[in-house]
Amino acid sequence: MTGSSRASSDRRSRYSGLSLLRHAVSGRPWPPAWRSHDLRAGYDVVIIGGGVHGLATAYYLARNHGITDVAVLDKGYLGGGGSGRNTAILRSNYLTPEGVRFYDRSLELYAGLAADLNFNVMFSRRGHLTLAHSDASLRTMRWRAEVNKVSGVDSEVIDAADVKRLVPHLDVTAGARYPILGGLHHPPGGIVRHDAVVWGYARAADSLGAHLHQDTEVTGIDVRAGRVRGVRTTRGDIAAPVVLNATAGWSTLVADLAGVRLPVQTFPLQAAVTEPVKPFLRTVVVSGSLHVYVSQTSRGELVFGASVDPFASYSTRGSLEFTEGLAGHVLQLMPSLAKLRLLRQWAGLCDMTPDFAPIMGHTDVEGFLVDVGWGTYGFKAGPVAGEAMADCIAHGRPPDLIAPFGLQRFAEGRLMGEKGAAAVGH
Amino acid sequence: MMLVPCPWCGPRHAGEFGYVGEVQPRPDPTTATTTEWRDYLYLRHNRAGWTRERWYHRMGCRRYIVVERDTVTNEIRRSP
Repeated sequence: MTGSSRASSDRRSRYSGLSLLRHAVSGRPWPPAWRSHDLRAGYDVVIIGGGVHGLATAYYLARNHGITDVAVLDKGYLGGGGSGRNTAILRSNYLTPEGVRFYDRSLELYAGLAADLNFNVMFSRRGHLTLAHSDASLRTMRWRAEVNKVSGVDSEVIDAADVKRLVPHLDVTAGARYPILGGLHHPPGGIVRHDAVVWGYARAADSLGAHLHQDTEVTGIDVRAGRVRGVRTTRGDIAAPVVLNATAGWSTLVADLAGVRLPVQTFPLQAAVTEPVKPFLRTVVVSGSLHVYVSQTSRGELVFGASVDPFASYSTRGSLEFTEGLAGHVLQLMPSLAKLRLLRQWAGLCDMTPDFAPIMGHTDVEGFLVDVGWGTYGFKAGPVAGEAMADCIAHGRPPDLIAPFGLQRFAEGRLMGEKGAAAVGH
Repeated sequence: MMLVPCPWCGPRHAGEFGYVGEVQPRPDPTTATTTEWRDYLYLRHNRAGWTRERWYHRMGCRRYIVVERDTVTNEIRRSP
């Protein structure tokens, strides 16, 4: 580390208005935000998966616990999986008290993240609105609102007139195929720039000493006498007493390498984005009945997301059939968008668990930890999952916040039943 | 979209079917231990590649069928 201490202090130079001006005038290129390293023969902690979860864990390990001998491995590039494919929506209006507490801490971390990482993550607290198209969904929303309020989370059921005031482009007429009867309004929710979150954590973890290895695929996990010894990768072997599986999409395949089976099935979730237009949509709008959520990015594009595909698959190809269906559903909500053109569509992989809650903590293999099963809610939980997993690694046991989310809950019959996890139906 | 090879109706649009999941042997409920039963309920192989799985032809013959599908390419074929 000593050899690179000068380079390290250079990189720690803060992004500021002054440094922006200096670079604009001098025309000097910005230094890379993180370094490349040769693979070391051993690390204290190896994290598999260079997305927001893995990078956040590396960052909080260094910042909160002083553990800096950490490697983050990714088979592709940083943030190329779920972290780059989600729809960047943040909220904490979940249905179980454990879920509300957990996601609310994440929202709190997101709110202070730009200052914490010295990296603009463009967090925009613009409110999150879930529409009710039936009496049944209004009833569930009242329940959710009460669970939220007991935990101190701002969440309120509003009527159709208030929905119209909040989002004038919505069709709230009674003749709609899915009439809008009201909604669950969650003002602290919002959106963030997902790539910036990845890059911010990567830069911060790197400057605190973690090694980020891209293009490094894990091909095996060494387990002897019930204990993890290290990992084998396409670039060489690494000895490590602690290995964290922080992958999404491939989490069961990575866990299989250690002989750990997970109650996870992988489903694609498709999303699409339109050409940019002037800002008109302030709120994140979600319709469970129409299986769609819409938000407008800071660049002006409208981002549409759907529910997961109807069958398990590792395919990340989108389909025309899906896109047509999605566009049709958006137009039922906001007919005035009919002339907008779609720029692109894609799919991300969602690791679904039987109870729509993630799996965090230890496994039967000593030293092999998991932070997986993130379904459709992984991105919004990135900071808190990183903070909690770092705590779990540093202290050898999960903190109270994530204790209910352990893998053993399936063997013990203590499933979470987090139906509020799904913004739209599954 | 995929065409699912139904042994009774021939190749039909996947939207006609309900996806049930990968085929796995069901333990005898009278003799299975709690752990075995919970493993059967919750654990999945979730293979990336050819998988034997059950589909339900809900808008056709309304029978449960077994097919093989490559979960990476979504190529699908009749189960031998």
